[in-house]
Amino acid sequence: MTTVERAANWARTRSMFPATFGLACCAIEMMATGAAHYDLARFGMEVFRASPRQADLMIVAGRVSQKMAPVLRQVYDQMPDPKWVISMGACASTGGMFNNYALVQGVDQIVPVDIYVPGCPPGPQSLMHGILTLHDKIMTREIVR
Amino acid sequence: MSDENTQDQAGGETDTFDLWVAGTEEPQFQPTDEGRQEISEHESEDRLAAQFGRVVEDDYVFDEDADDDERMIVNMGPQHPSTHGVLRLQIELEGEIIRRTRPIIGYLHTGMEKTAEQLNYAQGPTNVTRMDYLSPLHEELAYSLAVERLLGVEVPPRAAAIRILMTELNRISSHLVALATNGLDIGALSMMIYGFREREAILAFFEKATGLRMNHNYIRPGGVAADLPPGWKDDVAAILKEMPVRLQEYDDLLKENPVWLSRTRDVGIIQAEEAIAYSITGPPLRASGVDWDIRKVFPYSGIDQYEFDVPLGERGDVYDRYRVKVEEIEESLKIVEQVMDSMPKGNYRIDDRKITPPPRARIDESMEALIHHFKLFTEGFKVPAGETYVAVESPRGELGCYLVADGGPMPWRMHTRAPSFYNLQGLPIAMADSLVADTVATIASMDPVMGDVDR
Repeated sequence: MTTVERAANWARTRSMFPATFGLACCAIEMMATGAAHYDLARFGMEVFRASPRQADLMIVAGRVSQKMAPVLRQVYDQMPDPKWVISMGACASTGGMFNNYALVQGVDQIVPVDIYVPGCPPGPQSLMHGILTLHDKIMTREIVR
Repeated sequence: MSDENTQDQAGGETDTFDLWVAGTEEPQFQPTDEGRQEISEHESEDRLAAQFGRVVEDDYVFDEDADDDERMIVNMGPQHPSTHGVLRLQIELEGEIIRRTRPIIGYLHTGMEKTAEQLNYAQGPTNVTRMDYLSPLHEELAYSLAVERLLGVEVPPRAAAIRILMTELNRISSHLVALATNGLDIGALSMMIYGFREREAILAFFEKATGLRMNHNYIRPGGVAADLPPGWKDDVAAILKEMPVRLQEYDDLLKENPVWLSRTRDVGIIQAEEAIAYSITGPPLRASGVDWDIRKVFPYSGIDQYEFDVPLGERGDVYDRYRVKVEEIEESLKIVEQVMDSMPKGNYRIDDRKITPPPRARIDESMEALIHHFKLFTEGFKVPAGETYVAVESPRGELGCYLVADGGPMPWRMHTRAPSFYNLQGLPIAMADSLVADTVATIASMDPVMGDVDR
């Protein structure tokens, strides 16, 4: 027997639809994760939705410039609840090596981040580890806030 | 401005312009007549917000005379799966026909050229490798060649051969992604799966040799970071053996596929004259039939000693650009094979301790080695004052590095001639008067990398 909460969380983890939010180098690794060799379909996540309305996970893959920041926030706001954010790579997490006028120094200044994936760029294995960590996080979450 | 003034400026001052050397008196720059260059603080709140990119401004000039029922402006991007990153397009439609296109860039502006001024020459490749993230090794090569030209040094033959080997493999992996995304955009999803599968084989070799799958920082001023790993010949031979079989698979899938042909033939045409006028280089230029390849006209790193052809297209449409890329993969395989067979023995970097760090073991034994190591990794090496421009043929076209040195350990100015930026200029030409459904096919065939465009 299980609880309703556990069943709902299980359903959420097993059919997570990421939004395509590729920005820079990390986006190529995100695509590689979804392609044949690493095959994100094993976790029921290979369908990258082009519309944020159909997605519940945003993988911020790459550096976020000041010009892109409002767009990123808008895409996040368009996603239906419940929604999660993975900050992929050093640039999205902290600004990385580019401490200058052009970049947002960490995407957590704009949107709430659930998982930070380190690396520049993180390999597909790192991204998968981040995704699985997020799954664990969702499984232990209360569905009624 | 009158003609006389223009001549004065061109003939008089620019020729005798002396390079400012750090430590000397700063030159007084003449104000330009191009108007104010800074953002005024007294600008209106809305205008300021638009200039900082906090609001997206829709300032497209609309033709008042046009029939309102037929004309429509469609905004595409910056968050769109088929714009290859964060390109934004404003497309003016008349029914189903695209009349005008306006690319809007800057959504990935990272300030890398400014960052380059704060990194010393040894750290520079770390920065430039993140510009064009699909051909990182070409970026490093252009930067390293520029620094070496300023230093007046020549790398050993083995270093040059390793550079050619790695950059040509990088060209293959980059073209594979271009083919994969081109297929994905038009709906040939199998091509996407195939392209990324073969790319993994090359990336596995890169990871073995450089330690990273992307953003390698492998080619550095003075040579390369490390010698090729033991057993590299087997890995490269395996790639050489597998790739022709895979290329045949792609040809079976696409070359004469009627759906593919109807989506790509005579779509997004760029004439040769237009391509030259818009400074388009690389596969889009050669697809228009212009025989121009930096590897042939300005050879670098001894690439002129290897035999290869420059594939050309005829019509300059999406199909020709696809064919040129496939054939370039074949030519790159030829080069890789020749490099593999003729790899010279010797050092993989210059044996000059003022430029390259000593081997780790020497630091424990030699005082001089310790001093050199310390100097290189604290201050960095100094480069004589001067300016230079070096170009290499990246998978996207002429990739140039313009470097101004002031005699210190960091560049005074670093500018990259990014091929994607210039190729993107041709996009409105290619898309004018075509159908709206051909948009994604044309964008994908130009193969812009937004990291390269915006830097």
